[in-house]
Amino acid sequence: MAAAVPGASGARATAALLLLLLLLLGCCGAALAGSPQDQAEQFFRSGHTNNWAVLVCTSRFWFNYRHVANTLSVYRSVKRLGIPDSHIVLMLADDMACNPRNPKPATVFSHKNMELNVYGDDVEVDYRSYEVTVENFLRVLTGRIPPSTPRSKRLLSDDRSNILIYMTGHGGNGFLKFQDSEEITNVELADAFEQMWQKRRYNELLFIIDTCQGASMYERFYSPNIMALASSQVGEDSLSHQPDLGIGVHLMDRYTFYVLEFLEEIHPASQTNMNDLFQVCPKSLCVSTPGHRTDLFQRDPQKVLITDFFGSVRKVEITTETLSLERDVAGFESKFPEEELATEPLKYAEQLPVAQIIHQKPKQKDWHPPGGFILGLWALIIMVFFKTYGIKHMKHVF
Amino acid sequence: GGMAAAVLLLLLLATAPGPGRADAGQERRDTLREELLLSPLPTGDVAATFQFRTRWDADLQRGSVSHYRLFPKALGRLVAALGVRELHLALTQGFWRTRYWGQPPLQAPAGAELWVWFQPTVTDVDKAWKELSNILSGIFCASLNFIDSTNTVIPTASFKPLGLANGTDHHLLRYAVLPREVVCTENLTPWKKLLPCGSKAGLAVLLKAERLFHSSYHSQAVHIRPVCRDASCLVVSWELRQTLTVVFDFFSSGQGKKDWSLFKMFSRTLTDTCPLASQSKVYVDISPKNKEKELLEVSPHPTSVHEAVVQGDKKTYAVYDLLSPSLFNTSRSLNVQLKWKRPQDSSEMPVPTLHAQRYVGGYGLQTGEICTLIYNTHPYRAFPVILLETVPWYLRLYVHTLTIITKGKENKPSYIHYQPAQDRRRPHLLEMLIQLPANSVTKITIQFERALLKWTEYPPDPNHGFYVGSSVLSALVPSVTAMKDMDVEQSPLFTSLFPSSDGSSYFVRLYTEPLLVNLPTPDFSMPYNVICLTCTVVAVCYGSFYNLLTRTFHVEEPSRGGLAKRLANVIRKFRGVPPL
Repeated sequence: MAAAVPGASGARATAALLLLLLLLLGCCGAALAGSPQDQAEQFFRSGHTNNWAVLVCTSRFWFNYRHVANTLSVYRSVKRLGIPDSHIVLMLADDMACNPRNPKPATVFSHKNMELNVYGDDVEVDYRSYEVTVENFLRVLTGRIPPSTPRSKRLLSDDRSNILIYMTGHGGNGFLKFQDSEEITNVELADAFEQMWQKRRYNELLFIIDTCQGASMYERFYSPNIMALASSQVGEDSLSHQPDLGIGVHLMDRYTFYVLEFLEEIHPASQTNMNDLFQVCPKSLCVSTPGHRTDLFQRDPQKVLITDFFGSVRKVEITTETLSLERDVAGFESKFPEEELATEPLKYAEQLPVAQIIHQKPKQKDWHPPGGFILGLWALIIMVFFKTYGIKHMKHVF
Repeated sequence: GGMAAAVLLLLLLATAPGPGRADAGQERRDTLREELLLSPLPTGDVAATFQFRTRWDADLQRGSVSHYRLFPKALGRLVAALGVRELHLALTQGFWRTRYWGQPPLQAPAGAELWVWFQPTVTDVDKAWKELSNILSGIFCASLNFIDSTNTVIPTASFKPLGLANGTDHHLLRYAVLPREVVCTENLTPWKKLLPCGSKAGLAVLLKAERLFHSSYHSQAVHIRPVCRDASCLVVSWELRQTLTVVFDFFSSGQGKKDWSLFKMFSRTLTDTCPLASQSKVYVDISPKNKEKELLEVSPHPTSVHEAVVQGDKKTYAVYDLLSPSLFNTSRSLNVQLKWKRPQDSSEMPVPTLHAQRYVGGYGLQTGEICTLIYNTHPYRAFPVILLETVPWYLRLYVHTLTIITKGKENKPSYIHYQPAQDRRRPHLLEMLIQLPANSVTKITIQFERALLKWTEYPPDPNHGFYVGSSVLSALVPSVTAMKDMDVEQSPLFTSLFPSSDGSSYFVRLYTEPLLVNLPTPDFSMPYNVICLTCTVVAVCYGSFYNLLTRTFHVEEPSRGGLAKRLANVIRKFRGVPPL
């Protein structure tokens, strides 16, 4: 700890000096325009310090296998490129892998002939089955979550986080269907993003949607720093890719299939930018026309790396100083409090104490004054009694 | 010079034993034992039970513990912060067929089951219970946050604590079951991460999801309880047991052959031991059936043979001790193979002493009946059984229709606890202590009426049906062979989960099938249909009347036409053609 701080300030000092030198050279008008300016720009390229991903599959039922496969393939790419499970909120509306109709349990395939199992062996789903609702999705985005929610179900982003939001399912002009029972509209989504912006919950946001008429979902965005991609324009349907005859359903949607192929080429240090992602699925392959929206985004998409959103690239600083740690393990063990010995031996409870159970006294119920019907009935009886016998006979009764 | 040397020597002597004393005094306060039990079942299937036990000689409840070694920190902090005395969580897919497979070592109901005993110091048990279920849902990626008052009950006679207990005030106990819960790789992944060696070494390398979920029954559980540290039982240790039971099907995994091996079951073999484990063993059940010679042959040759009385019956086990150096001498991998010496006679399937089944009777979507059949196949001994039924509030039970009939006569239970449901707040709880006569079938029936839910309360797939959780049968079944009191530490793990009190009978907890009932389901497109129809009718009727009453007619001068038309008329006049 003590060694790291002077190192960091030293690096900052050298960076500041470098910049000053460059500015002087630049304003002298020398022909050094090309490389050092690019280098400086490269150093200060993106302002994000952490990456988050929210991946949502909104469809239920076995024939929507492809939507779960879509989401899992993006999950797989995002994990491969470095975002840890603690920074991924994965919402799957139905379980396909252990569905009784799945001929190969615990697998979800994306390519026919069962080539690639995108479910894998190390998957953590945060919101499953009935928990994937519009309310939960909006609560995750805006952070208005009940206090007892565990950490893995929260989106704990700050103002320096780049967030990738991927949604897939069935949609229409201006809405996305959740689990066949409710919808989220593009207005609600735009308002949720505005809430996120006002609460400073993101630095930059990439929104990808793979549904029919997906472009309608990003039409209403009005918050800054959002880039959006959709698999089809308004009035077009997004089509699915290929069925697998062994499993019996379509395995993936076309747009996400080609996005997955594109992402398989990316590694954590690649310099591919967003313009390549915009060209991913031309009309000849996808049949629908993918769209994108960059007017709210402040940087030039040419300069935005894929790994800014899909990966978790950290700037690493190598230091040559060595630190020596004190070996004080004995201190830990001695911190245990002194245990007090019981005076008499403890024992295990009897599992089926028949005699004790039979003679258990029933709990005395707390007495509540009668209410409702019983009270009305008694009131009626007393009224009839007094009407019949009259008040003046009361003294004879008592 | 000499004085300086002497001082130096003294200093050296003073400081030298320092690190040495730390090493010696650093007793390992937590131990890990892992065990795998392979038992072939009468129908040709094979059951594999993994047990990983971490015992920690420290008191989690008192003081603030900061150094976790083998005991997982997530669970340790949970127990300390919420005042948990015992925690049992099981996630199960499938159903254990007691009638055909025999008594299970440890059974769990389909779905998720959670039961917890809290410490007497906890003041608001319901609040702690809600927090606990939320935290566990995050740790195990299961929807345990759906556990609330509509599916939680407080049993009064079942589920006595399995660990050390001072008293058993049942208000500190909570039990909930979620029958709809799906178990898949995302629940196995965090379960594996709680093991000290993960899934990288020891017995846990066999736990591959693709093979484990392609099975008839898969159950993984976590049990935390306080145990005696030694025979005198004056100090408390905390025990964490992680158990995983899987039954591989004869037809789908075995390809129709009764010979099994570790490779055939798990597509892996054992390669090395977990360096953190103090004991790592594989037990194979080679008990002879019907007192004949051994039918089952195991290879390679086991390290030793162990005989024990398990569940009231004398059983023989072939033991492979993975820590013994002779085991991995010849090859780096251990693939235990089970072969039958001669084909088994399938007509002699042993029937377990106690088994049960449950089903829904009746027809239609208004009423129904829950029937439970409990079989006692012991020829001359009768024993009591506690039946615990939790029925959701939307199936309205009529307790006056409860009948218990044994051998044609009515059987009055010695103890009944019934707590009726409150709509949308509490489920039904029915607990009965029934004496089962020898060699009998007891039929328990109770009628119910199906409620109509509000249209927002239906799940997204209401036509699938609604689940009723399994009923729980707890019984002390008489043993065939008397059990000797054995040292808990020396005996295998699968014999020491239930504390044995009496050698003449053993405790068993069975679960029946969950039920799937259909509630009257509305047509959810009706609101849209009604709106369309009503608006159309209103528009047509009202619109017509409004038009008729308010429309006025007036004559309109024909327009003279635009400029183009006038010019065209001028030209036509010149031509002598009639104007437009």
